Amino acid sequence: MLEIKNLHARIGDREILKGLTLTVNPGEVHAIMGPNGAGKSTLSYILAGKEDYEVTEGEVLLNGESILDLEPNERSVAGLFLAFQYPIEIPGVATMTFLKAALNAHRKAKGQDELTTPEFMKLVKGVSEKLNITSEMLRRPVNVGFSGGEKKRAEIMQMALLQPSICILDETDSGLDIDALKVVAEGVNALRSPDRAFVVITHYQRLLDHIVPDIVHVLSDGRIVRTGGPELALDLEKNGYAAYVADAAA
Amino acid sequence: MAAVKETVDQVLSIDVDKYKYGFVSDIESDLAPKGLNEDIVRFISAKKDEPEWLTEWRLEALRRWQTMEEPTWARVDYPPIDFQDLHYYAAPKKTTGPKSLDEVDPALLDTYKKLGIPLKEQEILAGVEKGERPVAVDAVFDSVSVVTTFKAELAKHGVIFCPISEAVRTHPELVRKYLGSVVPITDNFYATLNSAVFSDGSFVYVPKGVRCPMELSTYFRINEKKTGQFERTLIIADEGAYVSYLEGCTAPSRDENQLHAAVVELIALDDAEIKYSTVQNWYPGDSEGKGGVFNFVTKRGDCRGKNAKISWTQVETGSAITWKYPSCILRGDNSRGEFYSIAISNGRQQVDSGTKMIHLGKNTSSKIISKGISAGRSSNTYRGLVSVGRKASGARNFTNCDSLLIGNKCGAHTVPYIESKNASAIVEHEATTSKISDDQLFYCLQRGLPQEEAIALIVNGFVKDVLQQLPMEFMVETQKLIGISLEGSVG
Repeated sequence: MLEIKNLHARIGDREILKGLTLTVNPGEVHAIMGPNGAGKSTLSYILAGKEDYEVTEGEVLLNGESILDLEPNERSVAGLFLAFQYPIEIPGVATMTFLKAALNAHRKAKGQDELTTPEFMKLVKGVSEKLNITSEMLRRPVNVGFSGGEKKRAEIMQMALLQPSICILDETDSGLDIDALKVVAEGVNALRSPDRAFVVITHYQRLLDHIVPDIVHVLSDGRIVRTGGPELALDLEKNGYAAYVADAAA
Repeated sequence: MAAVKETVDQVLSIDVDKYKYGFVSDIESDLAPKGLNEDIVRFISAKKDEPEWLTEWRLEALRRWQTMEEPTWARVDYPPIDFQDLHYYAAPKKTTGPKSLDEVDPALLDTYKKLGIPLKEQEILAGVEKGERPVAVDAVFDSVSVVTTFKAELAKHGVIFCPISEAVRTHPELVRKYLGSVVPITDNFYATLNSAVFSDGSFVYVPKGVRCPMELSTYFRINEKKTGQFERTLIIADEGAYVSYLEGCTAPSRDENQLHAAVVELIALDDAEIKYSTVQNWYPGDSEGKGGVFNFVTKRGDCRGKNAKISWTQVETGSAITWKYPSCILRGDNSRGEFYSIAISNGRQQVDSGTKMIHLGKNTSSKIISKGISAGRSSNTYRGLVSVGRKASGARNFTNCDSLLIGNKCGAHTVPYIESKNASAIVEHEATTSKISDDQLFYCLQRGLPQEEAIALIVNGFVKDVLQQLPMEFMVETQKLIGISLEGSVG
């Protein structure tokens, strides 16, 4: 589904990814953990196509096709979704309006007609209720004045609406209390399916108690330095990153 | 490359030629000879069969104008205008004045149809069955009004809606009483020029206690080469009356500049309310700044009675040069003035626009919401005056000016003037300048929106407070227009 081969990337003169290789198959949930500055968020931005980063070497394939030459919106309609660590505010644009524009862009790219308003409302109601998102919140401008929990729930709602094939969650647990974390995790778990994969980027083990990964990777200094099962996350939680980081340096 | 950087590059290759109203109608015109002197003024006055007092009024304005100098304080830059090289009167030949639709040149009807302005009442009524509200339209082509719809229906309510040239003949007492009473013929260079040579425009009178049953609208079109359009609009809302009026403007894409110097006067008596909306989409010129309309406009409303209210809403997307300050004189006690503005500049457009709120009566209040959006290599200035007179106790003003920049070759400026002679006045001014951030764009793109759609969405969010002030019928149109105006700012 998602194949990252020997990816090197830089921002300005600083090389951040130094030969990252990762294969994610349909139905799998991968966790990527690592210390601050390891390149976790950079990876998510590069996959989504943010322009500040320059890929100097390597390849990224989505369903067998290279996506590195695609615009961010083309990657989106090809099935790649990024749940932002810090969702962006768009003043004056109602969340509902934003959802409709996004969904219609996806439908248009697939050659489908726009949904009628009642069809659209029904669809939104279905996904928002599960995430405790009220209609009042849907009328508010995108992410403006949302609490940390509301922002993350809104990200998952957008994910549920757009039905991507690969979901990248960038530090989705940051800024969440335990109750909010559960709601978000349930939202993600409800979307798990044999033809959809997840890459969960996180600093802490606690999110992985709720979204249980199939495979855990340790990212350090721009490379995957260790891969294992869920027990790897527990070990990291107990012993810290130091040993792995030292391995990588050696 | 950052998204904004790319936007800038695309702006550099901007194609303002996407202007969709740039076609020229091939209609034979009756033109006045080029130039401006007493003979031309008499010619115009004679063409319109005007009474002696009006001819004299025009001549007085001309003599005054000949002693005046063009103002240079605005932040706009353009080559000198040769006022002797223009035609001051142009009229489609077959039309001598507004008649019934059956007699209107089909080529004219076609022009308005292309512009999306239906003039046939039955077509409009067909729209009503589909749930659209009817709008009465006065269509002004170059110097004359070609048709006014729904006049009979309006007359039933006592509302007079007709070309001003007709009102001069049919309601001379009203015209004589109010014409020039808000914008005197000595007011400023362009207003004085307009007073000398004004061609046509709308006249509206809403009698005491009447709420005008439909939206009124005038549609201005400049077609002829080397002409100036000098429209004159006069709207009077008598005691307790209400009227909502909308003007729209387009012009063909021509290499040379066209001059548009309008005067609009609004008078609201006791407890009356006038809501005046403008969607200005004159030809902006091409990407190099060639051609385009020079729009020098004087618009002023006088809240002459107590509890009167005048509200200006403008959406400015066109013109090469915009010089325009719709203002309110808050003379009556408890009167209110409002100014809501969206000014979008792209390519090489230059906008210097704002408002004046003159507080004279007691407990008067005014509100100014201005949203400027600059893209390309354009310049966008808000210039506003809030003045509180000695006797205006309890005056209250709130001003909010926000500017949004797209790319880094454009400019936004805010020039507020505040004068208060009364210690009890409360005047508030807020201003912000922001850029569409790379992060906002990236976020929208990540959700699948193409870049152009993303910009339009963000901009529409930015101007939302003002959009909501427009009549419902025009809100959706305007949202689309904003998208079109910014086309090419994003490729």
